[in-house]
Amino acid sequence: MNIHEYQTKELLRGYGVPVPDGRVAHNVDNAATVAEELGGESWVVKAQIHAGGRGKGGGVKVASSIDEVKQFTDQMIGSHLVTPQTGPEGRLVQRVLVEQASSILKEYYLGLVIDRATQRITIIASASGGMNIEEVARTHPERVIREAVDPAVGLMPFQCRKIAAQIGLTGKQINEATKLMRSLYRCFRDKDALLAEINPLAEVDGGKLMALDAKMSFDGNALFRRPGIMELRDFDEEDPKEVEATAHGLNYIALDGNVGCIVNGAGLAMATMDAISFHNGKPANFLDVGGGASPEKVGNAFRIVLQDPNVKIILVNIFAGINRCDWIAEGLVQAMRDQHIEVPIVVRLAGTNVEKGGPILAASGFPFIMADNLDDAATRVMAALGGSA
Amino acid sequence: MSVFVHKHSRVIIQGFTGQHATFHAEEAMQHGTTVVGGVTPGKGGMTHLGLPVFDTVHQAVQETGADVSGIFVPPPFAADAIMEALEAGVAVVVVIADGIPVQDMVQVKRYAADRNAVIIGPNTPGIITPEACKVGIMPSHIYTPGRIGVVSRSGTLNYEAVQQMSALGMGQSTSVGIGGDPVNGTDFVTVLRAFEEDPGTDAVIMIGEIGGPQEVDAARWAQENMSKPIVGFVAGVSAPPGRRMGHAGAIISGEADTANAKMDLMEELGVHVVRNPALIGETANRVFS
Repeated sequence: MNIHEYQTKELLRGYGVPVPDGRVAHNVDNAATVAEELGGESWVVKAQIHAGGRGKGGGVKVASSIDEVKQFTDQMIGSHLVTPQTGPEGRLVQRVLVEQASSILKEYYLGLVIDRATQRITIIASASGGMNIEEVARTHPERVIREAVDPAVGLMPFQCRKIAAQIGLTGKQINEATKLMRSLYRCFRDKDALLAEINPLAEVDGGKLMALDAKMSFDGNALFRRPGIMELRDFDEEDPKEVEATAHGLNYIALDGNVGCIVNGAGLAMATMDAISFHNGKPANFLDVGGGASPEKVGNAFRIVLQDPNVKIILVNIFAGINRCDWIAEGLVQAMRDQHIEVPIVVRLAGTNVEKGGPILAASGFPFIMADNLDDAATRVMAALGGSA
Repeated sequence: MSVFVHKHSRVIIQGFTGQHATFHAEEAMQHGTTVVGGVTPGKGGMTHLGLPVFDTVHQAVQETGADVSGIFVPPPFAADAIMEALEAGVAVVVVIADGIPVQDMVQVKRYAADRNAVIIGPNTPGIITPEACKVGIMPSHIYTPGRIGVVSRSGTLNYEAVQQMSALGMGQSTSVGIGGDPVNGTDFVTVLRAFEEDPGTDAVIMIGEIGGPQEVDAARWAQENMSKPIVGFVAGVSAPPGRRMGHAGAIISGEADTANAKMDLMEELGVHVVRNPALIGETANRVFS
């Protein structure tokens, strides 16, 4: 689960990570008040959306008067900000973060991730801050420092000093960086984060280190014990179909093709999309109905998939282990009765109770296109699409 | 022969009296698995499915001589249950739970580091040596005894591959689901090493997903250390970057993470890569015969 920059900074401030003075604003007057209260001569106005690359899309501006703060806020709020990560339709900006501007002397990168290779929380740091770290890792791997944390003892001060020295910090900054890294790590542990990224970590006037931009994402599986984090969720930043799917216990991700997919299991769902692509088709979505899919769940899956107007055909691919093919079949028949489904439905059933599932579909009288296996299913999808095009 | 579990394995179930655990324990017993008891804290002394229930894993191991545990407790309590099994000396711990907090698994891995045990999962359908021992939730009727090892991250894609194999008359020595989480107990390399050492396994089917380096790491290891052929597939060619595709581990985070990049590298390292998931069985049949 992702949160906004202003939320991340409030969280980090509470842990003692130095961040610029600033507050969120929901309208122009609000933004002016925040800037006046902050004081100073220049401010940064930052559009608050979950996607990165905001600077490139005009979502980060430096204002040198209160009038400019108002002007930039007015331009941003209500607009659709397009960044390299949002797609061409952009993302609606509903609030901005107004901060005191800092003069930057040098930029560093500091991140915490759960690294799959070490299977541990790992610090990533670089003297090449303010840039895309994946890009730095690709072009100059020697500039990216990694240090894994032993969970038995946590992040030790000596590790922080080592990292600080490796990215070129000296003198008092070594201890300052150590304190900052330890605070960030404590927040990461306390809140069940999956990622924390400070980019840039800047050396500002007077040599102080400060987190100028910060991003965190959290483990959805741990939200049950992190109610404070759960409250920070912004549903406006998520696809409404995906939110609805989650509420029904379904895992749905919208894509841009025309073959709707309803599958059980994440791996088989991906493989089903791959099989369609292999036959030169384009999947409209990823949808995992999960284990123990009831007829109601199947009905909800159909409703969500059919909300996408691009869907021209649906492929249902179920390999039942913990699921039961007869329940899935009943759900399919029920969905056909309850919903006006005009697109063809290709069905492949296998596994538990498959001998009961097929007859239920056959007896229903609905024109399901039955497939024997995955390849047959993909072939029939393409044949049906070709016939209707 | 087989890897990790076999017909002499003595299995206990943690979270024994729960609905799913009960169903799958019964199913496993019908499949020939020697289940010797179970653990549900607070219900020690009871009898369930004709077997003793214990309050702690320690008691269960002492009383029954169990060496394998199937963990069916809900995700928030799973880390504790895994560590309990490790501490009690269980050799193979199979974790079915889907949705264990990642940082819990980081701790579990550290706890397991100096203990000589195998953790299968979490977020796995389990492990099965057909007609000898099943610890998990897979539909056992699709598996048949044979000489091909199967290892996968996904559960249902494992079923898919196994059915394709069975349709062509190829049976399995053992099928291992290592699970879909980013931090998991056992990686591909560990399972490949076990298959290489197992005289009952002639060849291996390895099924991966987008996200993480472990398929390629495994292929690199196999190139240097393995004499048996591997057929490999990586799901997610059509997955968009940056999106988590159901499994917590299945997210493309860089170029080397894409399914095609992984399959290209695996091919260079000598794995027989199949690009169409519908042809895993057919490819294995051609390569292995």
